[in-house]
Amino acid sequence: MEIVSVRNLKKSYGKVQAIRNLSFDVNEGEIYGIIGPDGAGKTTLFRILTTLLLANEGAATIDGLDVVKNYKQIRKQIGYMPGRFSLYPDLSVEENLTFFATIFNTTIQENYHLVEDIYKQIEPFKTRKAGKLSGGMKQKLALSCALIHAPKVLFLDEPTTGVDPVSRKEFWEMLKNLKKHGITILVSTPYMDEAILCDRIALVQDGEFMQVDTPQNIIDSYSETIWSVKSDRMHRLLQDLRDCPWVKTTFSFGETYHVTAKEKATVSQLETFLTEKGYRDIIIKAIHATIEDCFMSLTQKKE
Amino acid sequence: MNKDVIVAEGLTKRFGDFVAVDHISFQVEEGEIFGFLGANGAGKTTAMRMLCGLSHPSEGRGIVAGYDVYGQSEQVKKNIGYMSQKFSLYDDLKVWENLSLFGGIYGMPDKKIREKTNLLLGELGFQDERNTLVKSLPLGWKQKLAFSLSIFHDPKIVFLDEPTGGVDPVTRRQFWELIYQAADRGITVFVTTHYMDEAEYCDRVSIMVDGKIEALDSPFLLKKSFGVETMYDVFLQLARKAKRSDN
Amino acid sequence: MKQFLSFVRKEFYHIFRDKRTMLILLVMPVIMIVLFGFAITTEVKDTQVAIFDPSKDIATQHIRDMFQANKYFTIAEELSDINQINDVFKKGKINMVIVFSENFADNMIHTGDATVQLLADGIEPNQASMRVGYAQNILSAYLRNLSQADGAKASFQVIPELKMLYNPQQKSEFNFVPGVIGMMLLLICAMMSSIAIVREKEMGTMEVLLASPLPPAYIILAKAIPYFAISCVNLATILLLSAFMLHIPIAGSLFWLIAISMMYIIAALSLGLLISTIVDSQLAAMLMSSLVLMIPTILLSGTVFPIESMPGFLQDLSAIVPARWFTEAVRKLMIQGVDFRYVAKEFIIIGIMIVVFVSVALKKFKIRLE
Repeated sequence: MEIVSVRNLKKSYGKVQAIRNLSFDVNEGEIYGIIGPDGAGKTTLFRILTTLLLANEGAATIDGLDVVKNYKQIRKQIGYMPGRFSLYPDLSVEENLTFFATIFNTTIQENYHLVEDIYKQIEPFKTRKAGKLSGGMKQKLALSCALIHAPKVLFLDEPTTGVDPVSRKEFWEMLKNLKKHGITILVSTPYMDEAILCDRIALVQDGEFMQVDTPQNIIDSYSETIWSVKSDRMHRLLQDLRDCPWVKTTFSFGETYHVTAKEKATVSQLETFLTEKGYRDIIIKAIHATIEDCFMSLTQKKE
Repeated sequence: MNKDVIVAEGLTKRFGDFVAVDHISFQVEEGEIFGFLGANGAGKTTAMRMLCGLSHPSEGRGIVAGYDVYGQSEQVKKNIGYMSQKFSLYDDLKVWENLSLFGGIYGMPDKKIREKTNLLLGELGFQDERNTLVKSLPLGWKQKLAFSLSIFHDPKIVFLDEPTGGVDPVTRRQFWELIYQAADRGITVFVTTHYMDEAEYCDRVSIMVDGKIEALDSPFLLKKSFGVETMYDVFLQLARKAKRSDN
Repeated sequence: MKQFLSFVRKEFYHIFRDKRTMLILLVMPVIMIVLFGFAITTEVKDTQVAIFDPSKDIATQHIRDMFQANKYFTIAEELSDINQINDVFKKGKINMVIVFSENFADNMIHTGDATVQLLADGIEPNQASMRVGYAQNILSAYLRNLSQADGAKASFQVIPELKMLYNPQQKSEFNFVPGVIGMMLLLICAMMSSIAIVREKEMGTMEVLLASPLPPAYIILAKAIPYFAISCVNLATILLLSAFMLHIPIAGSLFWLIAISMMYIIAALSLGLLISTIVDSQLAAMLMSSLVLMIPTILLSGTVFPIESMPGFLQDLSAIVPARWFTEAVRKLMIQGVDFRYVAKEFIIIGIMIVVFVSVALKKFKIRLE
């Protein structure tokens, strides 16, 4: 059952097209990830869906309600965590939560079960001013404030930006737990490794969705021949790989290079090529693509 | 043996009772790419600020580019480059104006600024954007420009504070290729990042936990000693030990 | 040195590329010069005169003509009864009353007992003195003409009286207190409330508030109420201080004084609201409040410089400055002690202003981000 529906959405700021013709649906209860770098249009999209911005063209509905005409009702049913910290730094943790509960016409107690797991972690600091919290705690508070009124749909705009990998992992674990309460979650992020944790994802660049599917399907649909390549003298290796006639792209991926090869190229071909160039300890493996590989291949195709 | 361009000995920073950086000691060699990792609140930013001459240590010593960070902070600043994710360029100035400004601030003669500007714009492929206001550039281009700006005056060391946050994957890698080129030219790169794959690109990595350096070695040796496959796993093991991950 | 210059150049770029700020920085001085240049005048250019003339003879007629001919004086009313004098001052249109003694011409020529009383409204002592001074000049000129023409020894006494009906000790505080109340309330209500609303926008919390069921009207009201309360407290403080420390009496009805103050506060708050819908940063809110509110209030409210002496266009401009009407009303209520009839006009005008400001502001208040 679709709870968010977008049709032919377009939005420009002057000459810059932030969103170029987006259409997609989000199913009730799923974690839908919008994966893409800054400037891709994620924040603009969220602002339109949360009724804060008007699109130039197109339509969107949240639970059947139109984002333009029925904005007042939508605002009662959604939770929104914008990209930057947007709570009151001079109010305490508790005061912030109470404030948001009240403007949503509810109390902390009423929906406490939703935020309990999250809030427990910051409860010891409940009298501290929100501005004095660490980044991770601010996130948790902001999430609690967005959940306190039991929204049907939760919009999280880059909630893990600038946060270390361990805290990011914890945050996503919290999101997974929310699923069991039936809340639909739309979350945007530039981190490709978080994509795997969503039910479905949309890979977005320059205001367009390049591909929408479950992470696994996206990986399975990757059509290039892709290998990981490693040897001694990695710095030099990059250039030689790029110069290699049957290599399409070469990109660093941590310890190794991910290399896409032209059709009919083989691993042993490449191995020979590199051995002849004087490389040793050469390890070439055929691998499954990661979401990042898929994303990069899609952006290269666009160009 | 390569000269050490950064030497930290028992570097400490206190804010009242709170010890943000707790007696850290390490050296960084010339031309190294040194990754400086840690969870939020672990003390990374505070430590970096001390090394850049932006904040006085409460205790201990820091020598950067041959100068003491405590007494000779102005010399330190002249010899380093700095780029942070939040800011490095003036949005309402044009590309060449930014270059000219920073060149001027670091005392480069006009002729040199002109030459280097042309060279840089050529290398980056930005010649057409010479007169574009920075705010109109896509993020990836801004980051590349910002990095080039930070080494415009050929400093000995460049400090990069999460330079690739939010940038698309292709540009991220292009950025790191710029870092490699700089390191090849002998510039030491001191970089913090939250991308664990980037940690693998460094020559050596240090990981801060609760104000102390809990690990410092090459990625290869770190993974070996923790018995794991990736830097992410190394980080995970160390960060879990942290008591003040959310302080 | 190069470092320095290069940074200076950058700062110029920042200014020139921010069109809005530049407009304010470059246009503001022009506006100030115009306002100051024309508004400031130590001359008192327009004195409205009422004449009480029991004599009605050739001498009083000559004197009357001389006043009429003088560009600084206008004979506005003819009084028939000496008891009308106080009333005519109360109404506020008359600045000076000239009272001739009986049998003026006769006494002037034969006995030297003729008198001309010059009663000036002492509510603004400096201006009053000037008016009397000018009037004395005219009378001396008349006497000179007489003696040259007739050679006769004609004389009369000129009795200047600054009729300090309402300001017997000529205290300038009396003059300034209403003005200060006006400015203080404007500052607190308009500037601070506009900043409070804009701060929400700048911090980013406005985004979250708008995405909630909180009606935007509540946001505005909630911002206004604390400043309303603070202003009431400040009003009370000032009134108490002026009553007990400066010994300025509240001659008129306290009730109406408080009533008009409340209305003025609401008008100032709505102005603040209006400003907050136009600007995006706290800095801009402050700049706009000073340019659009404070300076005109100081210059055009009649507190420091007399409105009647300003050129026409500035007088018209002062009509839309709420502080001008407020100050007038407070002056009348506090110092002259008039009753409601005499300040009804000010009440109505401020009421209309409130309606206009609030309607425009509500219309412009954005329920979305763009």
